Amino acid sequence: MKKIEVIQNILEANDSIAAQNQQLLNENGVFAINIMSAPGAGKTSLILQTVAELRNKLRIAVIEGDVASTLDSEKVRNEVVDVVQITTRNMSESCTLIANMVDHALKRLPLGDIDLLLIENVGNLICPSEFALGEHKRVVISSLPEGDDKPIKYPMIFADADAVVINKLDFLPYVEFDINSFQIALKGLNPKVEIFQVSCKTGAGIEDWCAWLLKELEANQHKSQAKK
Amino acid sequence: MHEFGITESIVSIVLGKAKEARTRRITEINLVVGELSGFVPDCIQFYFDFLSKDNIAKGAILHFELAPAQLRCRNCSVTFHPQDTLWTCPKCQSQDVEITGGRELYVKSMEVE
Repeated sequence: MKKIEVIQNILEANDSIAAQNQQLLNENGVFAINIMSAPGAGKTSLILQTVAELRNKLRIAVIEGDVASTLDSEKVRNEVVDVVQITTRNMSESCTLIANMVDHALKRLPLGDIDLLLIENVGNLICPSEFALGEHKRVVISSLPEGDDKPIKYPMIFADADAVVINKLDFLPYVEFDINSFQIALKGLNPKVEIFQVSCKTGAGIEDWCAWLLKELEANQHKSQAKK
Repeated sequence: MHEFGITESIVSIVLGKAKEARTRRITEINLVVGELSGFVPDCIQFYFDFLSKDNIAKGAILHFELAPAQLRCRNCSVTFHPQDTLWTCPKCQSQDVEITGGRELYVKSMEVE
């Protein structure tokens, strides 16, 4: 019997593919965001609103991650030219997207022609937080009907988010959701996070959200160009 | 289900190390899993038994060392273990806290023959 010291990060393989993905995106001037939320919070709706708002300014591509079905990519395909669907049910890691899946999807996109890549992760508040995909920014959507306790119950995904979008603002008269206590809990975990209040149904707040996206996209372009 | 991919990585790490050390059999593997990492040890063992059935790690026992969650208050710098899901500083009641421990996920060591 002999003991061997190892000390090796188990997520290293995923992280190194994610870093390669990001490099490929930077070489092509693509700004990528990873959109995460519970099922039904409005990932697809936010993508559709974002496309409607920014389609005249940017060429946008979408990667759709789902456990099963192509329902979301069909909705998006009417609005966006470049959509790649990843169905994770056929793969062993079924509850979230991982860097390797995004690597394959990137090979099917005309990256040189794309400015903004929206990656819709699988609806889940636990697993996606562990797996970097190569994105530049992480966005979490929390919708009013889910309740205002989500940052407390699922802290990891909120602690790592660059932006949190509070969606379904039109539900405010009908549900118990204290926006102030949600924000206090969220800022406690993550003081630098950007918070947006939107309704994908009415379009309220979408302008502010898209202005932030544009600002971050431009900042990333400057950073990538400075490196070249 | 994301434990499957994680377990594939564990198997690949230990087989690589075993090859370097030119050993014939891996008998025990010591893993460190953070309390906040969201990975379930029982699941990892289940997939491990499946993924190691045809290699030198077959039958190896996995030991899980749980790395506790640790938070630091950004207001008064106190370090504490969260008692429940409300992450409030026990000293000054601030909710402005950062995670300083509990996200670990790594292979620490292994026993080989």
